[in-house]
Amino acid sequence: MAADVLIVLAKAVLAMTWTLLLALFLTWVERKESAVMQDRIGANRASIFGLRLFGLFQPFADAIKMFFKEDFVPSFARKPLHWLAPAVSFFCVSVTMIAVPFGDAIRLFGRRIPLQVADLDAAVLFVLAMLGLGVYGILTGGWASANRFGLIGSLRGAAQLISYEVALGLSLVGLIMVFPSLRLSRIVEYQGGLLFGVLPKWGIFLQPLGFAVFFLAGLAETKRVPFDLPEGESEIIGFYTEYSGLKFGLFMFTDFLEVIVFAALAATLFFGGWQVPWLGDGGFVFPWGGRIAAAPWAVTVLRVLSFNLKVLFFCWLQILVRWTYPRLRYDQVMDLGWKVLVPAGAFNILATGLVLAVR
Amino acid sequence: MDPRTRLERQARPASLLLNMGPSHPAMHGTMRIMLELDAERILNAECEIGYLHRGFEKTCENKTWFNLLIYTDRLNYVSPLINNLGYAMTMEKMLGLAVPERAQLIRVLMSELSRVSDHLTCLAAMAMENGAFTVFLYMMKAREFLWDVIEQTAGARMTTSYIRIGGVRADLRPGWREALAAAVRGTRAVLKDVSGLLDRNSIFIGRTRGIGAISREDALSYGWTGPCLRSTGIAYDVRKAHPYLVYDRLAFDVPVGEHGDNYDRYSVRMREMEQSLRLLEQTAALVPEAAPLPAGPVLEPDEAIRASRRRRASGRIRLSPNLEGSEKERQPGLMTPDRPVGVPPKEDAYTTMEGLISHFLFFMNGKGIRPPKGDVYFSVEGGNGEVGFYIVSDGSDRPYRLHLRAPCFHAVAALEQLIRGRLIADVIPTFGSLNMIGGEIDR
Repeated sequence: MAADVLIVLAKAVLAMTWTLLLALFLTWVERKESAVMQDRIGANRASIFGLRLFGLFQPFADAIKMFFKEDFVPSFARKPLHWLAPAVSFFCVSVTMIAVPFGDAIRLFGRRIPLQVADLDAAVLFVLAMLGLGVYGILTGGWASANRFGLIGSLRGAAQLISYEVALGLSLVGLIMVFPSLRLSRIVEYQGGLLFGVLPKWGIFLQPLGFAVFFLAGLAETKRVPFDLPEGESEIIGFYTEYSGLKFGLFMFTDFLEVIVFAALAATLFFGGWQVPWLGDGGFVFPWGGRIAAAPWAVTVLRVLSFNLKVLFFCWLQILVRWTYPRLRYDQVMDLGWKVLVPAGAFNILATGLVLAVR
Repeated sequence: MDPRTRLERQARPASLLLNMGPSHPAMHGTMRIMLELDAERILNAECEIGYLHRGFEKTCENKTWFNLLIYTDRLNYVSPLINNLGYAMTMEKMLGLAVPERAQLIRVLMSELSRVSDHLTCLAAMAMENGAFTVFLYMMKAREFLWDVIEQTAGARMTTSYIRIGGVRADLRPGWREALAAAVRGTRAVLKDVSGLLDRNSIFIGRTRGIGAISREDALSYGWTGPCLRSTGIAYDVRKAHPYLVYDRLAFDVPVGEHGDNYDRYSVRMREMEQSLRLLEQTAALVPEAAPLPAGPVLEPDEAIRASRRRRASGRIRLSPNLEGSEKERQPGLMTPDRPVGVPPKEDAYTTMEGLISHFLFFMNGKGIRPPKGDVYFSVEGGNGEVGFYIVSDGSDRPYRLHLRAPCFHAVAALEQLIRGRLIADVIPTFGSLNMIGGEIDR
């Protein structure tokens, strides 16, 4: 019993550390990737004992700066709520990572330890619910700072997140019909098979429309360009207009966490999670014949690596989108959500149902 | 007195009032827009200018004709050379001066460089305000190419004071031809990139098409000029309508839009930059190579001064770096010979009694340039429209009255109409597409 608690604790700490470190790393990726796209050099001055490493220490410098900035709270703000908002945002997003399987299971001291903090029965619903709860952070943040720009930003944020929550949910229904489970671990296991004997049986191949809707809705959920209306830095500055210092940093950090969560979800639900194409428990079995045996530990390492690479790929893709497109307008975002994505998601359910019924 | 603004008094109690600016990231620091909102929709707007007011026109009445040139740099600070040009040409009209051909060509080069950088700045800001930050940095990069060329010759990037009454201050630097060609090439590449990113980008089109549209009649009645007016389909360009310098000998088109909306203003500016680059290439081909300066020893100024005490000095004199390019030998191509309206050659001031006297007389209060009594208006095509100077002279060494016709003043006057009934997000790009320049609008 005590061992179980310890294992879960260790996994939780590891998962949290992984997520936070990746988020820190992403701030560097974002700086550098945008710099490459924009013909700049990007931050490269932060150094430790003269060691620069292409500015890899910049996130730490940023973090230190955020810690020591004045934490300014306007006198007219509602202080407890103003304090609570970034914490709520941060908590709701970071807690979703417990449901995501990072890899298969490992055998340690005669125990089978799944590389997942909690294998929830309704993990998909849990993740959606937690992302939905994140709205409260935005809403209270804008409301509590008693600033009209902040208020408009938080209202935009609430409207946008709730609308896209619907599309996001609908896009996953089709997937759950194909892989009949709400457990993320089961969904990943289902994706281990082969399609037509060649293709890995990933969600993207079974649910292409579902993925398109999921991807767009997910982009909107992360509140970044082209869906960065709650922020809209050139128009309304955003729901964190009145935030500074570490609280502002927490909001920014939440943004990056959302990117990671969305990337992890996309990888888990549609790209086979930790599955490596044609890699079974005993090693690779290629559809064109031929096999490569692999030791169990090598398989585990490959699978964890595969998951991480997929997450990194989606993070990279999101940053690419972020620095390529202009911002949509409020009514356009609503139109896209309700008039395009929701009907498309519904149609996807119908089509999936028809295919399943006919087969 | 009621301290509230008109909008605050008239607003319905239920609506949300939002004060945008002057401390707002997209207000260029110099404008305030009061919005009456119904959630996101704008019921009414009130624009307030004057946050960059420095009393330009009044200051000019206290400066001599020559000295006030530097204040024109600070009008439209994105294309200062065109302001220089407007003022210089107005004074030339008043004084009846003819400017040497070479100076005219250089002026065309400088105006077109400024025009492109002006459009680049405007579109870059507009794209950024729409959220396309990458486009912003691409265009800023292109502007650097052009400003490098300007800096090479004018010695400054913003406060140039390069185009003077009667001509230009200095000749083009050696190597300008290659520098210009490289800048044109670089700018073309950037324009191509930006076209690829925005021209058919459905988000960008959705954000700009039909937004901030104005009819031709309205645009004319507001007094719009420049790219904003041309976006409605009226091909009025001062360079074509009232040709000045050598524009009548150059081949260029005047691109026009159709709907007068934000997208047309973007597209007109994009195509105009292409035309300006064309003009740059044509003009550069027309400028003859400068004759080399006479060979021989180059004296330091103090050596020349010492030598001139005994006999008239011969040979060239090294000028201070900020006079480089305006050597005495170069002056005939750069300055009008008709009247002493430019700074007399520095070499003469160093070495001859007459030169020193004329130098003092030029700068002394009450001497200098003395135009006849009268008033005159002249305009040139600036970055965002017709830059006109109306000058009244009472025959003294400084203007009796100087009025600037700032193109964006007229454009911004229509802003309230353009954004009424739109969403908050439309305010900023519409405002950006009008290219409001604080230095020009507040004078």
